[in-house]
Amino acid sequence: MRVDHNLEAGSGISVASVFASDNPVASAIIQVEDLGKQVISPEGPLIILDAIGFSIARGESVAVVGASGSGKSTLLGLLAGLDTPTHGRVWLAGVDLNRLDEDGRALLRAQRVGFVFQSFQLLTGLTALENVMLPLELAGHADARQQALELLERVGLQARARHYPSQLSGGEQQRVAIARAFAGNPDVLFADEPTGNLDQKTGHRIIDLLFALNREQGATLVLVTHDQELAAYCDRVLELDDGRLRESLAQPSSGA
Amino acid sequence: MTRTATGVSAEMGSISWRAVGCMALRALGRDWQSGELRVLAAALLIAVASVAAVSFFTDRIQQAMERKASELLGADLVVAASNPIQPALADTALQQGLQTAETLSFRSVVLAGDVTQLTEVKAVGPGYPLRGALQVSDRPFGPPRTVDTIPSPGQVWLDERLLQILGLQAGGTVNLGARAFRVEHVLAYEPDRAGDLFSIAPRLLLNLADIPSTGLVQAGSRVAYRLLLAGEPAALEGFKTWARTRLVAGEKLEGVRDARVELRSALDRAQRFLNLAALVSVILAGVGVAIAARRFAARHWDSVAILRCVGATEALIVRLFVLELLMLAMLAGAAGLLTGYLAQYGLSGVLGSLVSRTELPAPSLWPVLPALATGFVTLLGFGLPPLLRLREVPPLRVLRRDLGPVNPRLLALYGPAVAATLALLIWQAGEWRLALYVCAGVAGTVTVLSLAAWGLVKALNLLRGQVGVAWRFGMANIARRGSGSAVQVVALGLGLMALLMLTLVRTDLLTSWRASLPADAPNHFLINVQTSEVTQVQTFLREHGLHDVELFPMVRGRLTAINGRNVGPEDYQNPRAQRLVAREFNLSWTDTLQEDNRILAGHWWRTGDQGQGVASVETGLAEELGIVLGDTLRFQIAGQDLAAKVTSLRSVEWDSFRANFFVVFPSGVLDAYPATWITSFHLPIDRKPVMAELVRHFPSITVLDVEALMTKVREIMDRVISAVEYVFLFTLAAGLVVLYAAIQATQDERRFESAVLRTLGAQRAVVRQSLLAEFATLGLLAGVLAAAAATVLSYGLATQVFDFPYRWNSWIWLLGGGAGVLGVGLAGLLGARSALAQPPWRALREL
Ligand SMILES: Nc1ncnc2c1ncn2[C@@H]1O[C@H](COP(=O)(O)OP(=O)(O)O)[C@@H](O)[C@H]1O
Ligand SMILES: [Mg+2]
Repeated sequence: MRVDHNLEAGSGISVASVFASDNPVASAIIQVEDLGKQVISPEGPLIILDAIGFSIARGESVAVVGASGSGKSTLLGLLAGLDTPTHGRVWLAGVDLNRLDEDGRALLRAQRVGFVFQSFQLLTGLTALENVMLPLELAGHADARQQALELLERVGLQARARHYPSQLSGGEQQRVAIARAFAGNPDVLFADEPTGNLDQKTGHRIIDLLFALNREQGATLVLVTHDQELAAYCDRVLELDDGRLRESLAQPSSGA
Repeated sequence: MTRTATGVSAEMGSISWRAVGCMALRALGRDWQSGELRVLAAALLIAVASVAAVSFFTDRIQQAMERKASELLGADLVVAASNPIQPALADTALQQGLQTAETLSFRSVVLAGDVTQLTEVKAVGPGYPLRGALQVSDRPFGPPRTVDTIPSPGQVWLDERLLQILGLQAGGTVNLGARAFRVEHVLAYEPDRAGDLFSIAPRLLLNLADIPSTGLVQAGSRVAYRLLLAGEPAALEGFKTWARTRLVAGEKLEGVRDARVELRSALDRAQRFLNLAALVSVILAGVGVAIAARRFAARHWDSVAILRCVGATEALIVRLFVLELLMLAMLAGAAGLLTGYLAQYGLSGVLGSLVSRTELPAPSLWPVLPALATGFVTLLGFGLPPLLRLREVPPLRVLRRDLGPVNPRLLALYGPAVAATLALLIWQAGEWRLALYVCAGVAGTVTVLSLAAWGLVKALNLLRGQVGVAWRFGMANIARRGSGSAVQVVALGLGLMALLMLTLVRTDLLTSWRASLPADAPNHFLINVQTSEVTQVQTFLREHGLHDVELFPMVRGRLTAINGRNVGPEDYQNPRAQRLVAREFNLSWTDTLQEDNRILAGHWWRTGDQGQGVASVETGLAEELGIVLGDTLRFQIAGQDLAAKVTSLRSVEWDSFRANFFVVFPSGVLDAYPATWITSFHLPIDRKPVMAELVRHFPSITVLDVEALMTKVREIMDRVISAVEYVFLFTLAAGLVVLYAAIQATQDERRFESAVLRTLGAQRAVVRQSLLAEFATLGLLAGVLAAAAATVLSYGLATQVFDFPYRWNSWIWLLGGGAGVLGVGLAGLLGARSALAQPPWRALREL
C-alpha cells in the first residue's frame, strides 16, 4: 500500500518553479489522473475513491453530485490539496500536488484557492470582518481590511462586520464564508454543499451570490451538491457513485 | 463539527437505575478516549493520593519523630504528680503492654565534709530511662559514655557542677538526709533533664530503692513524682484515654510536646509544612478538576441536546452524569489511595537513620477516610456544577448551535465547593488558621490574577498591528477570547505559582528553618552568674577565644495582677497558662532589642523610658495569659510589688537556643532587685575543657551543655525537611495537572482553528508561530503574575504561619516568566503537534 510517501517529495522546490511545469493539459486548471483514496477502517481497508480521472478547464463551473457517502467531500479535499491521495495525481493550477509538501500546498491555496463549506467553518473568536481578512492577511495583502470590507459589502453584510459568527444566522454566516472564499481573487473556488445547512430560499440566495461573484471574478467553480437542480446551474456535472466516477455528458449551460 | 455522543437509548421514558448505570458506564468508556476525563481522573488521583500520603506520612512521621523526641522525656508519656501516683496506673499500664519506670525528685541539701549545697535530687527506678540513655564519665567534663544501668543501691551519680562545688571526685562520699552514699560516676547526660533549664539546681541521681533509708520523703514533703510510660502508639492512646478519667487532683499527663519548647516548635512547623503540602495539592487538584469538568461539559452540550431531543428528561441527564462522575471518582479514588499507600514506602528511605524500619510504626487505616472524602468533595464540588448545568442545555441547540446553558455566577457555581473543601481541609489539617490562610491566599490570588489577567489581555489589544501576521493572529486571539484567555491565564498562573512556591519558596522556607539553628548556634549556657562576676566572666571567656559574649540579667518574679485584677491559676483553663501564673518566671532588662526578637505591636523603648514602669512581653505569653498592649501588669519580685505598662509585644525565636525572656524591662527598673546573669555561646566540642576551668574559677556558676538536645532537634529538623520535600512532590504533580488542564482546555478550538487556517492557505510555520505567540504570551503573563503571587504568598507564609524572616528572591521573576514562556509555549506547540501533522481535511472532519 502506498502511504503518502510522496508527501514530502516536493520539499525544497519552490511553488513558483513548479507552476509552469509539467501540466499535461495546459488549458486545464484541474487535472486528475487515476486518483484513489483508501483508508484503514475498523473493518479493514476501505476504498473511498477509485480510479478517478477528469480535467476541468479554466473558468468552467463543475458540479460534483452523488449520494451521501459516495466520496464527494473526499474528492474535494484531494483536489484542494487538503488531503493526500493513496494513489494517482492531481494537478492544480498546473502544479502536481504530490510534488508539494504540506506547506507548499498551503501556499498554493493561499494564492489560488477559495473555500465554502457546508458548516461554514468560520472562526468563532473572530468577527465577520476578521474572518474575511484572514486569508488576505495570510497571503500578505497590505490592505486586507479595505478589501475585506468591500467583499462584505458585496455580500450585503457591511453592517454586520463587527458581529461574531454566533450572532449571525446560518445564511449570513454562509455569506461571510463566501466573502472569505473570494478574498484574494482565487483561481478556483471549492464549495462543499454550501446550501446543505440552509433552507431552500436562503440556499437559492447563496447560490445566486456564489455564481454572481464567480462570474465577476472569472474563477473556476467546483461545487459539491446532491441537489440535481443546483447541479443544473453548472457547465458540467461529475457524478460519483460509491467512489467511482460516472461522468454525465456535458450539459447545456442552463443560463437560467 | 461532530462531538462525542452520549449513548442514546430508545426507551428513555421509564428508565431504571440499572439501565442508567449501564449507560453511564458506556459513556465513561467512550469519554475516556477524549482527554479531559483523563485530566479529571489525574487531578482526582493526585488529590486523593496526596491527602492519603500526607495522612499516612504525618501519621507515621509524627509517630517516629515523637518517638525520637520522647528521648527528651525519657518516655513516650509521663504521669506527673505532686503526690505518690496511684499504683493502679502503673498496674494498668503494665497490663496494657506498656513499659513503666518511676522517678521522684525533690530539693535537698547535700553534704560533703563541711560543704553543703542545695541539690535537685532525683531517684530513679529500674528501667529508667525508657527512651534515650544516660551518659556518665569518670571525671568532670571528661569523655562521656552511654550506660544502660541506673545507680546501684548505695551509690550516687553527681553532675559535673555538684562535684565541683563539693570538691569531690568519683569514689568520694556524700551525705543525703540520714544516709551516706558513695559517688559512683559523673553524670554527664540525662535525657529528660527538661523543664526550666535555667532554674535547676545541680543534680544528684540515686536509686529509688534507697529513698526510704534517707528519711527525706515523708507526707507533706514537696516531691515531684513521675511515672514514665513507653510502648506502642495504640497502647499509649488506650492508656491515655483510660487514664484521663482516672487521674486524681495533682496528677497530670505529659506528652513529648510538653517537654521542650524547642522541640514543640520544630514539630509544629513540620506538621504545618506537611499540611501545607496537602492543602495546596488539594486546592490545585480542585482547580484542575474545575477546568477539566468545564471542558468535559462543553463537549457534551451537543450530545445532551440530542438526548433531550429524543426525550431524555433533565433528571435522567443529571443521573447519567452524576453516575458517570461517581464511577470515575471510585476508580480514580482507589488508584489514588493505592498510590498514596505505595508512596509511603519511600518514607523509610527518607527518614533514614531517624527510625529503623522495624521501629517505624505500621500505617494506620484512618487516612483512607479523609483521603476519599477529599477526592469526592473535590470531584463533585468542582466537577459537578458544570455538568449539572448540562440539564439546562435546551433541546433547541440541535438546531441552533449557539444555544448553551445560561452563564451563571461563578460564586454560585463554585461557592459550595470552596466551602466544602475548606471545611474538609480544616478537618484534615486540624489547623484552621493555616487552612484559612491558604484558602484566602488562593482566593486572593485568583481574584488578583483574574483582574490582572483581564487587564493584560486588554492591553495586548494595543500591540496588535505592531507585529507580524502570526504574532498578530496569536495575540489577537488572546485578546479576542477575552474572558476565556483570562481564565486560562489564571489557571496557568495558579499552576506556575504552585511550581514556583515549590521550587524557590520551599527552598527559601526550609533554608530559613535550617538557618534558625545554624551550626554555631549556642550550645552552652552559663547561669547563676553573680552581678559581681559579670566582667570577670566576660574577660575569662574572651581570653579563651569566646568574644562578644553578652550576659543578660535575670530576676525571678511572679505575675500577680493584670490591670489591677489579681490573677491566679484558677483564672485560666489552659494548663500551660495555669503553670505560668503559678510559678515565677524570668524577667530581664536591656536597652537594646535582642537580634532574634521582633516587635509585633507597640514600640520598643523610647528615650525617657529608662527607669520607668514599662515592659515588653513575649507574644506567646501575652496570648496565653490574655495580656494586650497597654495593660498594666503587677509582678511580685523578692516580696515587693512592681507595676509596669505593656508598651510592646515581641516575638522570640525559642528554638534559637539563645537566652530569651518572657518579660523585658528597660534599664533602671529592676537593677535594685537581686539578679543573676545568664548567657549562651557556641563552644566547639574540642574546647570543652574550657568549661571545667571556668567552673574552677567561678564555682557558683552553672554550666549547661545543650549540645545533645540541639543535635536531637537538628536531626529531627533534617529528617522532617526531607519528608516534607518528598510530600511536596505530590503538590508538584498537582501543579502540573493544572497546567496541563489549562493548556488542554482550548485544544479543540485550536485544532479547529489551525485546520481552518491551513485550509485558507496558512503554512504550518505560520500556524506554529501563531500558536507559539499565543501560548508564549499567555505563559509570560501567567508566569509574571505567578511570580508576583508567589512572592506575596510566601511573604505571608513566612511571616504569619512559619515565623521565619522573609527573604526576597529575585530569581522568582526570571524563573516564573521563563518557565511561563518556555513551558507553556512548548506545551501549546506539543498539544497542536498531532493536528499539524495530519492533512487539514482530516482535522476538519474529526472535529
Ligand atoms: N478518514 C476516514 N476514515 C474512514 N472513513 C472515511 C474517512 N473519510 C471518509 N470516509 C468514508 O468515506 C465515505 C465517503 O465520505 P465523504 O467523502 O464524506 O462522502 P460525501 O461527501 O459524498 O457524503 C463515507 O462512507 C465516509 O464514511
Ligand atoms: Mg460530504
